[in-house]
Amino acid sequence: MASITSLKAITIADVRDLLGAVVLNGEDLSIKVEAVGAADLLSDVLATSKSGTLLLTGLINAQVIRTAIVADLCGVVFVRGKKPGEEILSLARESKIPVLGTPLKMFEAAGRLYMAISGNR
Amino acid sequence: MMAEAFESVYHVLGKDFSNAGKVSTSIKDTLKRMGISPLVVRRVAIVSYEAEMNLVMYATRGKVSLSVSRDAVTLNVDDEGPGIPDISLAMQEGYSTATPEMREMGFGAGMGLPNIRKNADEFDISSQVGRGTRLFIQVKQASAA
Repeated sequence: MASITSLKAITIADVRDLLGAVVLNGEDLSIKVEAVGAADLLSDVLATSKSGTLLLTGLINAQVIRTAIVADLCGVVFVRGKKPGEEILSLARESKIPVLGTPLKMFEAAGRLYMAISGNR
Repeated sequence: MMAEAFESVYHVLGKDFSNAGKVSTSIKDTLKRMGISPLVVRRVAIVSYEAEMNLVMYATRGKVSLSVSRDAVTLNVDDEGPGIPDISLAMQEGYSTATPEMREMGFGAGMGLPNIRKNADEFDISSQVGRGTRLFIQVKQASAA
């Protein structure tokens, strides 16, 4: 998984603003994003992510949320305007995993967050 | 640090994709409540999740036995299933017999077993074709970092 550690502190609320995203789950948007990664292969997320990583993904299924729980991710962003179903969102609510949805494609979403956390706006 | 050894057995059903991962999140909760170091908990949860996904994807049924001692967290994973004809091939990164459905879920890319070995301090695998596969996975408590 391509991932980068935050040099500049951003929060889930910042991610929402940067990606023009809607918050699908999450009450506390002040959670710090320690790192960002983009992947559609959950085995890679499990193998390479650090705890506190925000995952950008185009996959829509319950395994994404379970991966977030297992790997201590700080949140999930579904890209390309994909809408997770109720089963996925209720699992996210139960396990307090923030979930955002953005209409952006993976490349642009990752690019915007890369610029933000590396301090090059 | 916990005083006594702890053991628990979890059952996993093959093809039960909607519950896939439940056992691992529950193992994670249990270990967290026991006050085990977050780094050890995370590693155990990761290997357990990969093993659980393998059971769901390939086996008819299986069980995950968790045991916790002062020194280590151990998972014994035991399934009834097709078995693995060539273990050294199965341990290669990228080698996979997964179906497109499995890949669509974000798994089945031939990274599961290599990831388990990478995250474990002790790892052993044995398999009988037509019978099933056993994994022994251990994460040492002191190896947190």
